[in-house]
Amino acid sequence: MSQNPTIFALSSGAPPSAIGVIRISGPQAGAALAALAGRMPEPRRAALVKLRDTDGAMLDEALALWFPGPNTATGEDLAELHCHGGRAVIAAVEAALAALPGLRRAEPGEFTRRAFANGRIDLAEAEGLADLLTAETELQRAAALANAGGALSRQVVDWRERALALSAEIEAALDFSDDEDASDLPECFTWNIAALAGELRVWLSRPRSERLGEGYRVVLAGPPNAGKSTLFNALIESEAAITSPIAGTTRDVIERSVGIAGVPFTFVDTAGLRDGAHAEAIEAIGIDRARGELARADLVLWLGPEGEGPQGAWEIAAQADRGDFTAKPSARFTLSATTGEGLGALKSALAEVARGTLPKPGEAALNARQHARLAEAAEALAAAEMLSDPLLIAEELRRARHEFDRLIGRATTEDMLDTLFGRFCIGK
Amino acid sequence: MHSFDVLVIGGGHAGVEAACAAARMGARTALVSFDLQAIGAMSCNPAIGGLGKGHLVREVDALDGVIGRAADAGAIHYRMLNRSKGSAVWGPRVQADRVRFKAAVQRIVRTQENLMLVQGEAAALVLKSGVVAGLELADGTILNAPRVILCTGTFLGGVLFRGEERFEGGRIGENAAKRLAQQLRAADLPMARLKTGTPPRLDGRTIDWAALEEQPSDDESWTMSPLTPRRLNPQVFCAITRTTQAGHDAIRANLHRSPLFSGAIGAAGPRYCPSIEDKIHRFGDREGHQVFLEPEGLDTHMVYPNGISTSLPVDVQELIVRTMPGCARVEIVQPGYAVEYDHIDPRALTPDLQVRVIPGLYCAGQINGTTGYEEAAAQGLVAGLEAAAAVLGRAAPALDRANSYIAVMVDDLTLQGVSEPYRMLTSRAEYRLRLRANNAATRLTGLGIAAGCVSEERRSWWERRENLREMFHVKHSQCLHSRDLADAGLPVRRDHGVKPIAEWLRYDGITHDALAPWLGDVAALDPLLAEEMAEDAAYAPYLARQDAELRDLRASEALTLAADFPFAEVPGLSNEMVERLTKAAPGTLAAAGRVAGVTPAALSALLVHARRRLADGQRAA
Repeated sequence: MSQNPTIFALSSGAPPSAIGVIRISGPQAGAALAALAGRMPEPRRAALVKLRDTDGAMLDEALALWFPGPNTATGEDLAELHCHGGRAVIAAVEAALAALPGLRRAEPGEFTRRAFANGRIDLAEAEGLADLLTAETELQRAAALANAGGALSRQVVDWRERALALSAEIEAALDFSDDEDASDLPECFTWNIAALAGELRVWLSRPRSERLGEGYRVVLAGPPNAGKSTLFNALIESEAAITSPIAGTTRDVIERSVGIAGVPFTFVDTAGLRDGAHAEAIEAIGIDRARGELARADLVLWLGPEGEGPQGAWEIAAQADRGDFTAKPSARFTLSATTGEGLGALKSALAEVARGTLPKPGEAALNARQHARLAEAAEALAAAEMLSDPLLIAEELRRARHEFDRLIGRATTEDMLDTLFGRFCIGK
Repeated sequence: MHSFDVLVIGGGHAGVEAACAAARMGARTALVSFDLQAIGAMSCNPAIGGLGKGHLVREVDALDGVIGRAADAGAIHYRMLNRSKGSAVWGPRVQADRVRFKAAVQRIVRTQENLMLVQGEAAALVLKSGVVAGLELADGTILNAPRVILCTGTFLGGVLFRGEERFEGGRIGENAAKRLAQQLRAADLPMARLKTGTPPRLDGRTIDWAALEEQPSDDESWTMSPLTPRRLNPQVFCAITRTTQAGHDAIRANLHRSPLFSGAIGAAGPRYCPSIEDKIHRFGDREGHQVFLEPEGLDTHMVYPNGISTSLPVDVQELIVRTMPGCARVEIVQPGYAVEYDHIDPRALTPDLQVRVIPGLYCAGQINGTTGYEEAAAQGLVAGLEAAAAVLGRAAPALDRANSYIAVMVDDLTLQGVSEPYRMLTSRAEYRLRLRANNAATRLTGLGIAAGCVSEERRSWWERRENLREMFHVKHSQCLHSRDLADAGLPVRRDHGVKPIAEWLRYDGITHDALAPWLGDVAALDPLLAEEMAEDAAYAPYLARQDAELRDLRASEALTLAADFPFAEVPGLSNEMVERLTKAAPGTLAAAGRVAGVTPAALSALLVHARRRLADGQRAA
């Protein structure tokens, strides 16, 4: 069988940073470490080493860690170099690694794939790790970390155990004849199903992890020349949108994702809303798109005349620096994107409201696949709760268990029989 | 020189089905038994069928096996267990007159084409280069055959226990097949010990039947095999009694004299059919345990007290039975005993029940760690069909967990092994709603006909039935308006629209009978088929959902693992998991997923590794 190539990658944030951690995984990881550091550190102990390339040129002084497989994060031999985080240093160390035989740069997510392939993590954990790799904000990272750490898997295992116990109870009633001393279902049986279904529904009602990826969607809207693009640029801290005093400058929808106080946002700048009569064809299309954006938005910042914006929009009195500024009597925020007046207050208010709609830090969040599986399980449990035929209740419980199994990637009826026989006196 | 295609050793339920199945396939078959008169003997309780077991009987019968028809020939009491629950867990069960049952088996065996009966003791397998070539009998006779099926029950190293006494042998009065056992041991097959037990047999004339609750045969007309047109024997009733506190006290006082508790028997017994001393020891808080008094036949006074199998000494057995209501003066005709015996770890078998390390040798029945006639019969059938198919270069019927309890059992045995005698239960079948005892013919007879193991009589019966089924399908697709149903007084809201009859049948209170104005009297054509069709309609939404699940399953069945798949090379598998997987040798990824204790993480590792090996193999080729 072909041997896995050995892979390496910078696994800390983009340089420059204080420290750059380079991970090496695969059969040549030990050899690579020895080649650069000149010696092998003791397993699982940090050692200070001098990194040199093949010509003997010194690259950096770094902390080196050596984890022999298979009990490592990837299931393979694993080495870590904690270098200084400058761009040039990282690039030099990476170049030296790439020059070694059998080593290549890791593809995105490849460390996770290897951990999964080597039986180090289950499906839900793998998904969490995959999310972790693409996390851009602190909130995303915390949620992905919770999944990768097995928070969801542990929860599913717990639900599965409880569904299994319920299955065992109903199977005991089913698999022993009317004539025998079979036990009746305990009184709390239906209640227990309902309680389990209720817990699932709480999880299902929580924000999904895609929300973290997509961010809280804030749409800036108002009539032409209300200052939307100027505010948009101020919020995303870059000149993405062209601004000018000419009405109708923004014709299309522009969106940018940024983090504010660790919370992911997508800000959307739209064409000013005005009657089609004043707008030429392209601008009219832009206006249509703007209306579509209003419907998709989590929150609309309304820069137009008070009360004319969509329901639930925040009234913003912008352009406070201008001479012709007309105050809005019940504006939520009065600000000037040009001077920065009021901008900080708006940002912290946005961060606060968005945080409430996103997964809480450290709380495992479901992705679309997990959500679908869990929704099926919840539906099966709800059906089991309503049914009276024990045979069909058993089938719905089995379906729920099957969905839990699919969630973390497993299937067997054997352990249910163990539960069944461990708990009941079943005489013939 | 005697040459056969398939040799079957043993004339119990497994041996009979194996021999007849191979012969029906067209293989030249011989059944070897050291007492031809004992073929078809019921060694334990005189009942066939029950929960889960009734499914097996119907399935074996659907593939034209013996047990269903023989059960009908002997039946003196019919009872549909679990009638109050959904039909998928109904368990057809009969009590059979031992003499009549055995006579029926002997009649079928002796008239089976391609089947020769050979009296003799199987002494040793004849092996050529490690592959089965035949069998040597104790008198030196050599029988040549490329396939040998071992159906030797508890005869492998069996020891009987009764109180402080112990005897060697399988059933009372028979010798254990020690020479063959030694040869199997030498072959280094993984073996383990299990125990089973029987209750004392009672003299029915000494039971006060009038004092007991009667359990009559049910008054319906169903039979075990649809080829049995009606019930053949006079029906008797059973009675129900209970153990009492006085009996329990006697058991507790004498527990130390039971070989189960004195340490003489270390092997595991069945949890679901425990000895009475086990029940008292483990569930002592119960005031009494139900005991069914089952007559053993029309021409005998022997009664089988179902529920009190025991290995306690005879004096304690008397105390137990005489403290049961209605049994104060009861006489024990033959005391109960426990048997400890060797079985082969069934994980050493491939899914066709062939011993992996001895090609050509098959094992079926109790030797594989199962308990029960029905389980034995079903394995015998599988081994017989597979062995014959292998010799003849054909395919046996494709059985899987989604079409039969038989396959559920074989899959469980060969993947999980056994830690106690394996008994069929409906909860073992994940697709239970589609595997009903009453639709076995629909599920399997067509497969049997295609494989060539079904006789002309059953084939023509089945074809007639299929035509009727088709007629039902046509009728069920007819659309009716809720208004018309409501006008006819059916419990349907007028605004429920137009639906096919198959969907209306899912509504409470809508039956074939209720739909007679539109269907005519279809149920009268074949009441049992009508019942099956109505259930199909009722379960249809559940089955449709399972179909999606089955597609997933079949996808992972498609990823095969070679017989010598090196589980130890898969990274990330614990030593324990490697051991379990190596023993079970799952043939597909789906099967690996069913091996107990294999974690989701391990399964993903296996998946990746198997794919990689496959890709490497393709590159190398």
